[in-house]
Amino acid sequence: MSSIEELKRTCSQVRRDIVRMVHAVNSGHPGGSLGCTEFFVALYFKQLRLNPENWNMDGKGEDLFFLSNGHISPVWYSVLSRRGFFPVAEMATFRKLNSRLQGHPTTHEGLPGVRIASGSLGQGLSVALGAAQAKKLNNDKTLVYTLHGDGELQEGQIWEAAMYAAHCKVDNIISTIDVNGQQIDGPTEKVMSLGNLRAKWEAFGWEVLEMNGNEMASVLATLEMATSRTGQGKPIMILMTTSMGKGVDFMEGTHKWHGVAPNDEELAKALGQLEETMGDY
Amino acid sequence: MLDFQITGSNDTRSGFGEGLAELGRTNPKVVALCADLIGSLKMDAFKKEFPDRFFQVGIAEANMMGLAAGLTIGGYIPFTGTFANFSTGRVYDQIRQSIAYSDKNVKICASHAGLTLGEDGATHQILEDIGMMNMMPNMTVINPCDFNQTKAATIAIASHHGPVYLRFGRPKVQTFTAADQKFEIGKAWHIHEGKDVSIFATGHLVWKAVAAAKALENEGISVDLINIHTIKPLDVEAVVRSAQKTGAVVTAEEHQINGGLGSVIAQTLSRHCPTPIEFVGVNDSFGESATPDQLMKKYGLEVENVYAAAKAVVGRKVGV
Repeated sequence: MSSIEELKRTCSQVRRDIVRMVHAVNSGHPGGSLGCTEFFVALYFKQLRLNPENWNMDGKGEDLFFLSNGHISPVWYSVLSRRGFFPVAEMATFRKLNSRLQGHPTTHEGLPGVRIASGSLGQGLSVALGAAQAKKLNNDKTLVYTLHGDGELQEGQIWEAAMYAAHCKVDNIISTIDVNGQQIDGPTEKVMSLGNLRAKWEAFGWEVLEMNGNEMASVLATLEMATSRTGQGKPIMILMTTSMGKGVDFMEGTHKWHGVAPNDEELAKALGQLEETMGDY
Repeated sequence: MLDFQITGSNDTRSGFGEGLAELGRTNPKVVALCADLIGSLKMDAFKKEFPDRFFQVGIAEANMMGLAAGLTIGGYIPFTGTFANFSTGRVYDQIRQSIAYSDKNVKICASHAGLTLGEDGATHQILEDIGMMNMMPNMTVINPCDFNQTKAATIAIASHHGPVYLRFGRPKVQTFTAADQKFEIGKAWHIHEGKDVSIFATGHLVWKAVAAAKALENEGISVDLINIHTIKPLDVEAVVRSAQKTGAVVTAEEHQINGGLGSVIAQTLSRHCPTPIEFVGVNDSFGESATPDQLMKKYGLEVENVYAAAKAVVGRKVGV
């Protein structure tokens, strides 16, 4: 469908959307959004089997994506609108009164592409596993994808879900963790270290893959490999290394931009580093 | 009518179990999840007949609520089963975000509610669950009174789109409602017409309220007795009409007065028809270990408590 070069150009526009959205309302979460841009673009412009024109909640015959760390809504909203789920112009309503683009994603306002509210962390994996079980009951061979933050793994419910997935052989799910090593109060290593994530997930019975989340080629190849490993009795986990704030030099690699918006000057500086490739909203 | 024919002595949880099994046979979209309490919840029959639609999740209630939310995506109607404590307090945020706010068609089925769980004690005797679920936007809250009504309610909620909290209990209680009743969500059951005092009762307290009403009628106090099996949405019209008629109200529930049926009725009447009210319920305390009968007596949830509350509130009537 899209070449790597085209996908990279899409990433540049998505990053522009992210910083412009959070700047406009002086709130939101740019850091994690920027870090996960390649992943979202790869999913929505290459990997997922989607039907944005006739979006419906059940999504039978489509791949489903669940965002568990809902605070990185800006990257999701940008990709959903750029992929045709809703008008690009609607990004201007992000976090404003009467908007479908709530601070954290919800189904309450009927935004196409979103199937569950997320924001309170740790819940998305359980929901995705339920949806994956429904696909099995429906004999629907499409897949379920999820994304989680690494800090989110500190929530106990994640491990309830991890145990369930292996026990019940939910092998039609591909989960990804954004391993950026940062959380609100600082580096995960200082706040609450996560230990050996590969060993932890393998011990819970998952097939574990790793990728560089900011290298489009690595993301595409790993998602492809993950797909080929579905249907073999094990849930699949991709540990995705990213740099928080990727693409905007002064935001990169720090937790400082987790939930802080750029001011006018910072916005101009950020946009100067990101080519407008698809037209700003 | 207060002279009911008692047709059996059954636990309300068995009504749930029978209703669920019947749903399994009539509705292929119904699935069930249980957190390691299949026997206690009487889910054995459904599990045996429909193993592909039954999900054992282990002792992991938070995960169970999320799984149930996810199963609705794809068209299923999940019924979750565990104790009332683990169905509400333990998973409030999972219900709030993944089910109620996300408008997922999940039926949260909760057994062993209230003091009548008995000897296990206060850790398991939740008395705040109605309050929590009533406060939750988009939630329907149902607390049936006997085996037949619980079975009918279980079947009825499958046809209602949206999250439902269905509360029932552990002990055997008199079965007195009709086996073929039609359960209408949100429509109060007017058990007996009277003019001196209204008694609004829910769950296990309904049968006790019937007994209290008989004693009151024998003394010439005419009782308007209403079974509030659906606490949310409340049948406001039935409640207000009754209070306007009698001018004196008693609420009766196996739950905290704070936040429970008593609060709901008081709030409704203060708005539409301010009326003296007496509350039968647990008064801001935890329970403890003992037999169900001992606990109902100690915490003031017996026939005599409903009777005394009715006498007291009649004495408080304006203009009497």
